[in-house]
Amino acid sequence: MRRLFCSLALAMAAILAGCGKPDFSDAEKQTIASLALNTLPALKPDTTNRFADMPAAAALGSTLFFDVGMSHDGTVSCSTCHKIDRQFQDDLPQAVGVGRTNRRTMPLAGVARDPWFFWDGRRDSLWAQALTPLENPLEQAGNRTAYAHYMKARFGERYERIFGPLPDFSGIPPNASPLGSEAEKAAWNAMSDTQRDAINRVYANIGKAIAAFERSIEPAPTRFDRFALNLSTGAEPKGDAIFSREEILGLKLFIGKANCVTCHNGPRFTDNGFHNTGVPPVANLPPDRGRVDAVAQVEADPFNCFGAYRDGDASACGELRFMVKDAPELVRAYKTPSLRGAATRPPYMHAGQFSSLDEVVAHYAKAAPSVEGTSEVHPLELSDRERAELVAFLKTLAE
Amino acid sequence: MLGKQAFLRHSVFPQAGGMRSARLSVVRRRGTGLASLWRYLLAGLGLAALLAGVLAAVYLTAPQSGQPLGPDVSRTKKTDNGLYVASLVPERGVVRQGELEAWLLTLKTKTGASVERAAIAISGGMPLHNHGLPTSPQVTDYLGEGRYRIEGLKFTMSGWWQLRFAISSGAGSDTVLFNVVL
Ligand code: HEC
Ligand code: HEC
Repeated sequence: MRRLFCSLALAMAAILAGCGKPDFSDAEKQTIASLALNTLPALKPDTTNRFADMPAAAALGSTLFFDVGMSHDGTVSCSTCHKIDRQFQDDLPQAVGVGRTNRRTMPLAGVARDPWFFWDGRRDSLWAQALTPLENPLEQAGNRTAYAHYMKARFGERYERIFGPLPDFSGIPPNASPLGSEAEKAAWNAMSDTQRDAINRVYANIGKAIAAFERSIEPAPTRFDRFALNLSTGAEPKGDAIFSREEILGLKLFIGKANCVTCHNGPRFTDNGFHNTGVPPVANLPPDRGRVDAVAQVEADPFNCFGAYRDGDASACGELRFMVKDAPELVRAYKTPSLRGAATRPPYMHAGQFSSLDEVVAHYAKAAPSVEGTSEVHPLELSDRERAELVAFLKTLAE
Repeated sequence: MLGKQAFLRHSVFPQAGGMRSARLSVVRRRGTGLASLWRYLLAGLGLAALLAGVLAAVYLTAPQSGQPLGPDVSRTKKTDNGLYVASLVPERGVVRQGELEAWLLTLKTKTGASVERAAIAISGGMPLHNHGLPTSPQVTDYLGEGRYRIEGLKFTMSGWWQLRFAISSGAGSDTVLFNVVL
């Protein structure tokens, strides 16, 4: 009897010491199910780009995405920074194109589901986004008429099969853009309105083809998704779908005490919003105020949803129409990134501020105030073990 | 609601007390005949009344005890100074997280007349996360009978949201706050 009692006590102690696997409450199960990739809805049509789901447009877009001819000096393409074998990013703290930029290259899985593009959301469609690096002097450093001439010379037939006839190029200067060098700007201003509109249309179509290609870049299922699926169906997990105790506790922290899921929610682990999380600026980079400075830029973009180059009607422009234009919380607010695949692509944050997930978690635990504006994150009481658990969980999103 | 509570307070508890004395009398005098049958009947009635009382008490207190600190999520409210009665419903009946949605705000005066040509300003946010709304919703249409369409609302995360409406019309200016819990 005494022995029985002892072994019972021992068993209790073992459970208390944590040999058993922790359970999930119904509320936790519901949250976990909402993060699984199988809840990702089908990609919605993009009515602002009538070529978005046309295979020929996507094929041309893919060619352009990898074509270094699409740059000022013939050395840089989208894929220079968005590397196909590296989750469409480049592992650098700040991207390097023709020059060195001020921000980190963003991975592209699932990007077509976003309402806003770039860390600060200064573009409102995937096709308008693609036009930005092409003319950015630090990225591809080209100019609008040069791209149009290049399309005619290299891809004229393919282009016309998709978009219809190219415009009359007589009298179109070889290098001209409203955003380029002084000479390029002067050349642009010397063009007629009709010529400028015709070139803008070719330019917008380049973006629409690239966007059609980017729509195919989707996140792949991970160990977490296999775990979550088993949890919701009640099936016995097998192989790598079995989570270690550390991973389970990390998941519990992520959706519980550490509050990560308030912003990193849904099957892509992002609320598609902008938040100031107190990430410090990088010394020697120009001032970066995040979302607050992007509002005027997206409003001024001739390729935005209200502009003349949108297909379909303005009912697709809700995000731009109802955009928050001035609020204190836009200062140093950045887009919540997806955490899928994050573990295998350091560094982190909008300018590569942190070089490991340990540093990221330490940042959230400390929650230092923002240099400007107010951080939305609050300090967390996390033991060393709990930090390791969070990191262990984040790794399951990249395996 | 108040009337129902008052009804229960007057009807249930005296009967529950009556039941206790009925049961006591059953235990004390286990007699036979008509009188004792009568007592059993009384006891049965008392028990039924107690059951009803307990059920009513559970029913009445359940919403509060289930969510002791939850905000008031009623969709129809008097405005803060009592000038209007405001009702807020999602246009499609359901709220979906992460999508731009339209809601309908219906405004009536105290006397039940539809409020027309009101100027309405919308603000809000998540009180526990100290951030405002991720979008700036606006009134985009007046649908008649005091109904206003509000477009551009988006709830980007689950949790407790607040929507504040500042309303101004010929009847005066007032404010009202709705809680939405996702
Ligand atoms: C020099 C490197 C570089 C090149 C070249 C480049 N990008 Fe990027 N890309 C970046 C950086 C850096 C960011 C984030 C910039 C920012 O927030 O200001 C970014 C952001 C993006 C985004 C936004 C993703 C999101 O989640 O918001 C998309 C889409 C994108 N790039 C596609 C492209 C396409 C298409 C091209 C070619 C036309 C291209 N990029 C060329 C570095 C590059
Ligand atoms: C208030 C919203 C919010 C909360 C809460 C939050 N995050 Fe973030 N997270 C962000 C934003 C915004 C960024 C990008 C910040 C930047 O670049 O300045 C980010 C970036 C990250 C990154 C870097 C990803 C990348 O590609 O650079 C990781 C990893 C991360 N968060 C994990 C977490 C974890 C773990 C928690 C919980 C401890 C958490 N986040 C809580 C909003 C949030």
